[in-house]
Amino acid sequence: MQIKPILAALRRHKAGTILIALQIALTLAIVCNALFIIQERVSRLSRTTGMDESNVIAIANRYVGPATVFGPTIKTDLAAIRNMAGVEDAYATNSYPLRNGGWSMGVRLIPDAKKEITSTTLYFVDDHALRTLGVKLIEGRNFNAGEVIMLDPRKSTALPQVIITKALAQKLFADGKSLGKTIYLSQEGKPSTVIGVVEKLQVPWVGTWAGSFDQHAVLLPATLDANYQNFLVRARPGQQEAVLKALPKLLIDTNRMRVIPEEGGVRSFEDVRRRAYETDRGMAILMGIVCAVLLAITAAGIVGLSSFWVGQRRKQIGVRRALGATKGDILSYFMTENFLIALGGVIVGSALAYGMNQWLLEQFEMQRLSLVYVITGVVALLLLGQAAVLAPALRASRVSPVEATRSV
Amino acid sequence: MFAYYLQLGLRSLRRNPMLTALMVMAIGFGVAASMTTYSVFRATSRNPIPQKSDVLYMAQVDNWGPENTEKGEPPNALSYIDAMALMRAKKASRQTAIYPIGPSVIPEDAGRLPMRQGAYAVGADFFTMFDAPFIQGGPWTSEDDDKHASTIVIDRKLNEKLFNGGQSVGKQVNLDGRLFRVTGVIDEWNPQPRFFDVVNTGGFDDAPGVYIPYNRAIDLQLATNGNNNCSSDPGEGWDNYIRSECIWNAFWVELPTKAAAADYKRFLQGYASEQQRAGRFRWAPNVRLRGVMEWLDVQHVVPPESQISLAVAFGFLIICLVNTIGLLLAKFMRRAPEIGVRRALGASRRTIYAQFLIEAGTVGLAGGLLGLILTGIGVLGVGLVFPKDIARLATLDPSLVLLTLVVAIAASLIAAFYPTWRAAQVQPAWQLKSN
Repeated sequence: MQIKPILAALRRHKAGTILIALQIALTLAIVCNALFIIQERVSRLSRTTGMDESNVIAIANRYVGPATVFGPTIKTDLAAIRNMAGVEDAYATNSYPLRNGGWSMGVRLIPDAKKEITSTTLYFVDDHALRTLGVKLIEGRNFNAGEVIMLDPRKSTALPQVIITKALAQKLFADGKSLGKTIYLSQEGKPSTVIGVVEKLQVPWVGTWAGSFDQHAVLLPATLDANYQNFLVRARPGQQEAVLKALPKLLIDTNRMRVIPEEGGVRSFEDVRRRAYETDRGMAILMGIVCAVLLAITAAGIVGLSSFWVGQRRKQIGVRRALGATKGDILSYFMTENFLIALGGVIVGSALAYGMNQWLLEQFEMQRLSLVYVITGVVALLLLGQAAVLAPALRASRVSPVEATRSV
Repeated sequence: MFAYYLQLGLRSLRRNPMLTALMVMAIGFGVAASMTTYSVFRATSRNPIPQKSDVLYMAQVDNWGPENTEKGEPPNALSYIDAMALMRAKKASRQTAIYPIGPSVIPEDAGRLPMRQGAYAVGADFFTMFDAPFIQGGPWTSEDDDKHASTIVIDRKLNEKLFNGGQSVGKQVNLDGRLFRVTGVIDEWNPQPRFFDVVNTGGFDDAPGVYIPYNRAIDLQLATNGNNNCSSDPGEGWDNYIRSECIWNAFWVELPTKAAAADYKRFLQGYASEQQRAGRFRWAPNVRLRGVMEWLDVQHVVPPESQISLAVAFGFLIICLVNTIGLLLAKFMRRAPEIGVRRALGASRRTIYAQFLIEAGTVGLAGGLLGLILTGIGVLGVGLVFPKDIARLATLDPSLVLLTLVVAIAASLIAAFYPTWRAAQVQPAWQLKSN
């Protein structure tokens, strides 16, 4: 292939060459980072909670009035919910996965150690929780009804029996064997014994700050004696819609001194998940649109400038054809020319992509851009350039040798 | 001449409709992307109280020490001990401790269900400091604060629900079974970002409807409805809790001059060294006194999504500009013969500049109009990416409309500058000869 004459020709079109290369470079930088953001967000929102999420309903409930003891009220409510038609099981808790608000605590193996080993979330639950959540107990046993107490939220949270997640067990104990071992959830030295391990249960928060412990959960056999309670309800298969509709009235009829927010007070777990990842999904869609529009605009720009060049050089093309160049020669000339410009563009663009990633990294705790995205972007843009130049190049190859003789 | 050049420009644009459409679309999309993301950025980074932001300050006192804080930054809230000490010292011209509470309002009419209200426990100065607009009555007095009075200020919405919007000053409101006497009703008031409670709201939330005296809320043992962070176990019971180093209070002061602010900072330093001498702090005084905008900045009120999308959209606009430069260059240079003829007939370089910049300006205007429509659609779609509390702040108001058009025309003129210069450099002799 004759690269030298192409380079010589490009030198005569510096401005156009630089513009196309620059456009390709900037597009590559943005597309790489946008794809990377999409991947990051999508991988975040496709995490599983460890629950069997279908047929679960979450209720945010606040009791009203000057009362300071809520145990009996909560028991009455739970009994009413569990007796409802279509309900399989239910429990009251301080928080649940994807709720975006809850209790986090440091875990220690030595009570007075200065630094905790890791963070965990605390879920205050009862013996109905595992069945309602649909999480899998892989070792040990569930709580029994006798172990569940009413707990003053200002009292120590360390309880004698706990169930933990497998991820937390593996973090705390090198061999992952935690059953029967002791952990410390406060600095005052009250021990908690692990009586069971569940396969997986996510923390309430979806943000990056909880990313380092997003599978660390401790289940404690207690109901917090507080006016704010979340009820989680598992409906029988196919009954979720009906139970969801009937729940607010049932609760008001049981005890009207309560507030259940009209918006988001009673919602399906699908709804909980949708709300929790709303921003992540939106950001992924936005970046997707940006990529698509950018690639389209860049392609259109290449078509526009290449067409102009072809139009400008009709005479020269005619001369080359008259001197014996084939249609294929002309076609490959323009294809190669575009490839060389695009190559220059993607080289600069790769550097720009890493520069932009560096900025995102410093500002927003994003991860380092992996090479795969840059390579994907480079290949995509080179192909895009070739595709965009194809039509003008074909038009050029159809220029008849007669053009050479015209108007000189 | 302007009209004639405009006519020439329009005719030339009509000659290659595809190319023209491409340029208009590039500018339209680029401008719309930038303006849509800018509308969100503007909403989240704006000054919530421009008339007073230079005299209001948020105080921080480090009661946790270097072991429990990061990079020397004091905790973002105060303990009850420190908030109370600063409140009692009354060293600023106005001051208030603030924390969010979550009461439910029980209507007198037994047939109606209780309502949950966003609420704050605040000092009497709160309302004057932050320019809360009263439509009835006014704030409670500082004597009420000292007497731990059961007074309350409600907002227009709650007044409508409870009293059908009538006169309610002096009437009683039932919060969780306890009665409070109304001293004033404020209009719907919701400064965004909510600078006085960024820590718990992230800056954006529905308007609170209830305010009660701080001292009374403490008497009633109303726990914070926001974040509570403890560096160590506070022990059991309310009394231990409020005597602990748990942090959950904001403390704001009004200081009319820079000198007063400097004095107050010294007072905070002095307070912290006193605590150090008393043995409560085992570290050197570490205090901050931050203005409204500095505080919002430190608390990262602008969501990262807003900054990232603004940066990406800006990059997008630059690509669209580069694209437009290329297309305009192609378009103008294709008309080199025409330029040659005009120059040979006596047109100066200046007139060539005028003609082509007007043509580019027309493209910019068309791109701006398209951009305006797309920005409108974009602003409606903001809710897909941002939480509703933020999305509803992004609006296509007259200033954004104007800005969109100005940016579009400016962008296309900037893009046109190089191609026009090239056009003006055309040598008439060369062009005439080659034809």
